[in-house]
Amino acid sequence: MNTIVILSITGIAAMLSDVFKFKKIIYALSILGLLTALVFSIRDWGLFASYFNNMVQTDNYAVVFTSMLIGFTTLWFMMSADFFKSPSSEGEHFALIIFALTGGVMMTNFSNLSMLFIGLEILSIALYILAGSNKSNLKSNEAALKYFMMGAFATGFLLMGIALIYGATASFNIQAIADYITQNQSTLPLYFYAGIIMMLIGLTFKISAVPFHFWAPDVYDGSPTPVTTFMMSVVKIAGFAALYRLFTSCFIAVDNFWTPIFAGMSALTMLLGNITAVSQTSFKRMLAYSSVAHAGYMLMSLASPGATSGNALVYYLIAYSIAVMGVMNFLFHLHKTTGKEDIQSVRGLFRAHPLTAIMLSICILSMAGIPPMAGFFGKYFMFISALNANLVWLVIIAVLCSLVGIFYYFRVIIAVFQDAEHEQPVFYNKTSNLTVLYICGVLSILIGIAPQIFANLL
Amino acid sequence: MNNMLLIILLLPLVSMVLSLLTPKETTAKVAFVMSLLSTAFTFYLFSVFVPESGMQFIVSFPWIPSLGITFKLGMDGISLMLIVLTNILTPLILLSSFNRKIENPKLFYALIQLMQFAMLGVFVALDGFLFYIFWELALLPIYFIALLWGGKDRIRITLKFFIYTITGSLFMLVGLIYLYLQTPDNHTFDINAFYQLQLNASQQAFVFWTIFVAFAVKIPIFPLHSWQPDTYVDAPTQGTMLLSGIMLKMGLYGILRWLLPIAPGAVDEYGFTVIVLCVIGVVYASCIAIIQKDFKRLVAYASIAHVGLIAAGLFTLRQEALEGSLFQMLSHGINAVGLFFIVDILRHRMKTSTLAELGGIAGVQPFFAISFMIILLGTIALPLFNGFVGEFLIMTKIFDYHVWIGSVAALAIILGPVYMFRSYQAIMLGDSHFDTNTFTPLTLSEKAILGIISFLVLLGGIYPSLLMDVARPSVQQLLNLISAG
Repeated sequence: MNTIVILSITGIAAMLSDVFKFKKIIYALSILGLLTALVFSIRDWGLFASYFNNMVQTDNYAVVFTSMLIGFTTLWFMMSADFFKSPSSEGEHFALIIFALTGGVMMTNFSNLSMLFIGLEILSIALYILAGSNKSNLKSNEAALKYFMMGAFATGFLLMGIALIYGATASFNIQAIADYITQNQSTLPLYFYAGIIMMLIGLTFKISAVPFHFWAPDVYDGSPTPVTTFMMSVVKIAGFAALYRLFTSCFIAVDNFWTPIFAGMSALTMLLGNITAVSQTSFKRMLAYSSVAHAGYMLMSLASPGATSGNALVYYLIAYSIAVMGVMNFLFHLHKTTGKEDIQSVRGLFRAHPLTAIMLSICILSMAGIPPMAGFFGKYFMFISALNANLVWLVIIAVLCSLVGIFYYFRVIIAVFQDAEHEQPVFYNKTSNLTVLYICGVLSILIGIAPQIFANLL
Repeated sequence: MNNMLLIILLLPLVSMVLSLLTPKETTAKVAFVMSLLSTAFTFYLFSVFVPESGMQFIVSFPWIPSLGITFKLGMDGISLMLIVLTNILTPLILLSSFNRKIENPKLFYALIQLMQFAMLGVFVALDGFLFYIFWELALLPIYFIALLWGGKDRIRITLKFFIYTITGSLFMLVGLIYLYLQTPDNHTFDINAFYQLQLNASQQAFVFWTIFVAFAVKIPIFPLHSWQPDTYVDAPTQGTMLLSGIMLKMGLYGILRWLLPIAPGAVDEYGFTVIVLCVIGVVYASCIAIIQKDFKRLVAYASIAHVGLIAAGLFTLRQEALEGSLFQMLSHGINAVGLFFIVDILRHRMKTSTLAELGGIAGVQPFFAISFMIILLGTIALPLFNGFVGEFLIMTKIFDYHVWIGSVAALAIILGPVYMFRSYQAIMLGDSHFDTNTFTPLTLSEKAILGIISFLVLLGGIYPSLLMDVARPSVQQLLNLISAG
């Protein structure tokens, strides 16, 4: 609760920085605000309370996801400090990111469906603008338009779903809905199930699950790289937090109805994401498709809700977001200094900058799921969770998809260790800020060696 | 004292960090000295080891308690043999890189030592998950060694190698998770819990085939061998030595420790099939070795033939065959490293290992010729040389298992000398196809390696009981475990 307030104040301060001429300190101020919010969020551990007429609640689940969201946003700020250096836009962009984060936090804290909706909209609207923030770039404009159109559709579905659920259960409160479902399981009307499906569609749009993924590669590819990073990490965490909370606390009594849907979606998402990623020549586009694929692995936790699935999801999100942040940090600087984004343009990196090459490889190995990197344990926990639910077929598909994944991830690694095509030795200057890549590389190994730290948070 | 095993395991990791920190002129020396330290510790371990008391030096820490994963190490005679192999060969492999131009030496030596760490881990892990982690960890350094310092077609070949082996590994992971889920409440990956499982026939079959694939790829057993010749030829010599000398023993060791005792019923049922595959591989690879024009490729195929026989020996489940296989793992490791080192000497000086372009080296380099002959005789299993002991034991027991299969396998004894002597003739004897004066004398380190390997070949042939006595009780215990299950 304090977290939301602090974040909102930080966001408003960032927005007003243009007007009241304190732009110079806004970067430091934003980081300070985020860290304060993080502290307040962690302090809520073990506290169960609800606020605003039972619209928002604080519990360990919310604390875990909120802390993840804020933590990754802080990391994101470190990475994109110089992205918004254009004199006219710094404050607004910082404000938009922090508002998006606030929306994400509300999506993890909601105890009322209308709050979920509001949170999702706060998050989305900020991102529609950010996706188009590279105003002179046609791809960026296309991304923003596409994201907005698709997002508006998704919102419509979500709202319709909420309305149908309200019609069937006469409540917006997730606890009340859950109670109603348990008591009247046999007499639920058909449109209640239609409502579940509509909400499912609305939310899986946001996490780019197949078959609602069509916007994702174009938007991820077209948006400015830092914004893409934010979408791939923070937005995904928020989306999954909302999805998992909604389905495992509100609709858990009818899980026989929706787990097969998620299992099917998960399989399709993994297959389609991985297979299309193979044929990409652009590094960023390949990551965009691989991001779709990762959503598929994460959906395995919703296909097998149980004691282990929540922890598996948290761990996977952490491992994945860390790796993505590292790789995108590198990609951002690659693009900034050479103007290129294809896989072949990283050739010669190892010869020029061995440490950067190794750290980048570690992050990519983590995404590919090679032990002992964190990404491996993410997949491993997911597999265990799915096997506990007897979804052997899903695990086999996931294993095969991981193999396909290795194929395209290794193309990057091979390019990194190859010699450059032409005699262009160094392709980014040494002053580039790659701190986040190094942090992420080290974290990917550490969290891999000691997975226990994040394996049992919920 | 009790942490002896942990020290031996972690030493390569420490020396990896050291060699990354030292300046690149001295990295090789630092790595070499540290590996000698490993060897010294290994000899000490050998001297205090008690063969009769089974698993010892057990170390156990909780690692991921919520999933029943512990960091549990321990060793018996079987592990000891492979630790000895790893820690004797690693210094030799490091020494073999002296006087060779290696770009980026820091990373090269760091990767070799990471590899040593991972392989030792495989040989001492007593937790299924830990075993899997070490198993996969060993794959990464060798992939990068082959990718960064390999020959001209390395990108395609190393990717093929990687995808082959990781496919096998992922199947093994599925098998291990399956076993994990079969353990009683509070699931665990502990090997003893796996040993105590009472699996029915179809469960055993599932576990057997999922886990076997990983081992079969790594060994490699026919028909999963197609990555091997390309990778061996294309990888830098030190990488090939690591692969053939030590890494493929991970697969054989895995069969002994993780396959035979866990799924004995399936071994009974499918053992015959596997032995037939192994023997096909033996004859097939020997025949292909005969027609090879390149010596390195020839040695690669010879290696498939030899390890095929070892694997066949393991599946006969007879005491002497198991002991023989274990001994042959060591002999093969030493001989393979010796042969690949000879390839390296030839390539370093002549820039070629094509048989037709060599010849007449014995006249100018008698020491080189003699040590080559000793290693060669070890490889073709002449009595009093190390290859004989293991091959004889395996062969008798394969005959005992099935006469016809034994007869076919025995072809290897005839085919082996054919390709080995033919290559010796082409390289060492007859007219030289180049100016022999350009063949510079062996350096001190090269002489030292060849001398040590020749000594080990003879030692193994003349005094095999030095190691056999250590391993015998453990093999007996393993067989008891199998027959009890």
